[in-house]
Amino acid sequence: MAYDYEKSIRPGKLPHIWCPGCGHGIVMKGLIRAMDTCELDRKNTAIVSGIGCASRLPGYLDACTLHTAHGRAAAFATGVKMAKPEMNVICCGGDGDGTAIGGNHFIHACRRNIDMTYVLMNNYIYGMTGGQFSPCTPTGDLASTTPYGNPDPIFDISKLAIGAGATFVARTTAAHPREIDKLIVKGIQHKGMAIIEVIDDCPTTYGRRNKFRSVIDMMKRLKAEAVPIKAAAKMTAEQLEGKFLTGVLFEDTEKPEYTAQYANVIKKAQGA
Amino acid sequence: MAKKVALLQGNEACAQGALYAGCTFFGGYPITPSTEVAEVLSVELPKIGGKFIQMEDEIAAMASVIGASLTGAKAITATSGPGVSLKQELIGYACIAEVPCVIINVMRGGPSTGMPTGPGQSDVMQAMWGTHGDHAAIALVPDSCQEIFSETVRAFNLAEKYRMPVQVLYDEIVGHMRERIEFPEPGELEVFDREAPGVGPEDYKPYDSTKGQVPPLAAFGSEYKYHVTGLNKADDGFPTTKASLVDAEERRQIDKVLDNIADIESYEEYLTEDADVVIWAYGSTSRSARYAVNELRKEGIKAGLFRPITLWPFPEKRTAELAKQAKAIVVAEMNLGQMVLEVERVAKGNCVVVHEGRVDGDPLNPGQIMTKVKEVL
Repeated sequence: MAYDYEKSIRPGKLPHIWCPGCGHGIVMKGLIRAMDTCELDRKNTAIVSGIGCASRLPGYLDACTLHTAHGRAAAFATGVKMAKPEMNVICCGGDGDGTAIGGNHFIHACRRNIDMTYVLMNNYIYGMTGGQFSPCTPTGDLASTTPYGNPDPIFDISKLAIGAGATFVARTTAAHPREIDKLIVKGIQHKGMAIIEVIDDCPTTYGRRNKFRSVIDMMKRLKAEAVPIKAAAKMTAEQLEGKFLTGVLFEDTEKPEYTAQYANVIKKAQGA
Repeated sequence: MAKKVALLQGNEACAQGALYAGCTFFGGYPITPSTEVAEVLSVELPKIGGKFIQMEDEIAAMASVIGASLTGAKAITATSGPGVSLKQELIGYACIAEVPCVIINVMRGGPSTGMPTGPGQSDVMQAMWGTHGDHAAIALVPDSCQEIFSETVRAFNLAEKYRMPVQVLYDEIVGHMRERIEFPEPGELEVFDREAPGVGPEDYKPYDSTKGQVPPLAAFGSEYKYHVTGLNKADDGFPTTKASLVDAEERRQIDKVLDNIADIESYEEYLTEDADVVIWAYGSTSRSARYAVNELRKEGIKAGLFRPITLWPFPEKRTAELAKQAKAIVVAEMNLGQMVLEVERVAKGNCVVVHEGRVDGDPLNPGQIMTKVKEVL
């Protein structure tokens, strides 16, 4: 029997705005399955995003949804979670939104280790504005604002999150749909800041400029470049050249979660 | 029973006013000369189970306040000019998404870093026009520590009642001055709590104008699921580009303030009944102006003081009446000419309007104002 996604989708809100071949829909389905697996009460779940194609995701889902300003998802979400720690908080958005204009909020939410799950769709480009390079556009690639090839080095989002103090960091791709919900489930179950980076594709503004002839070519690339972390342990540096690791990249269950820490502050202030 | 009294700094009075109003969330970022508001609330909020968070920057502070407010908390941030500049995009977000919140701006000199420890009144136009797009604004300008307390309470009331950001602006002089405060008893000052949705979750629309100019806001994490966005939206909260819906929503959000000026407006007058010259001044400058009025009266000059407490929406009606009655209005403010533009606009040439200002970090003193009054008469 087909999976019932419809009960999670707001009536009348589809079709979505995403282009044919875009991976964001795959991620959204993964998120729905993960929320179902975790039996999240949608009334008690806030889904918070910034601005961009990926940030349109919350509007389709039946929950408390908050489509904020560009880059600010993690900061709004922090306010929601601090004020009502019993709520489940999920952030979603793209690479430009989360790590360029929103980079400061991203790293500090990781540092605090506040209990939320951030699904970051990294498609290497600013799609909604027509394909300008992001902090994740590979060096040398073409974007509408890198007509001679991108001179910028990239952010490795997962490494950034680990370095900043997130306590659960995982990566997969839009070409691995089953792994998406498995990792989001682990992220939701993790008490602390969980970053799920999904390497995604944008055939319209990134693929076409960078010689991917079809969506299939882009999916093949994702499959070819993704190396599960266990498999990578047996590979040489040479073999790993041009690849990225997938799976649970980092997990720390010792670092205190932020709202729990603040509950201790309240106890102290109240003289307990 | 005698009232509880204390010697409080303006910023401390602000924090106490917030607590009186039922504030349970502060999100901020350190900036002179407002930091004491954060410091007091970091001590007091956890005592009542409230939340204090120092965010990574000014923008994040504003974002956290909006997020917290959506869960039903009365939320506040405190900053100064540079911080308000950074917050402007999200102040606009709170306007269009109609999320109640209070923003304290302890004004210093500017532009840019300016004179962080010196007073200024140069953010008064920013309070109205700082964020992009058409919108209404409410800004309050107390002139004493007691009034900072009561106006902070009123700011929360107006924010919750009209479902919008409300700014309280006071200059560094009032913020760092210490005065005797009488704490109002519980119930002595009005405390307005957010209206309940009034309909069940299935029928709830966050911007349903059939429920009045200010549709009730449900809390995240209650029984209500809804969507909030900074895009132009229809009554159900979802984005729309339909011209008639966009137009109606934009106008409602402005009219909810302009149609309720009688409720929002507040000002004080001193010896204006027979005044030939009205000194139009707010914040600490109004204290110099009051002294100037007394001295001028001793010299036989019929001077009076008009002191707006609600600066935005602008006190148009009464300012226009005074322009018809007086020979001149002297607008005294610690900037090089901001509110004077509004006074000129509504005076419509019925009297002389002149400006007396300074931006060197020193207060506008009574002598300076008196000289200007004598020049103009």
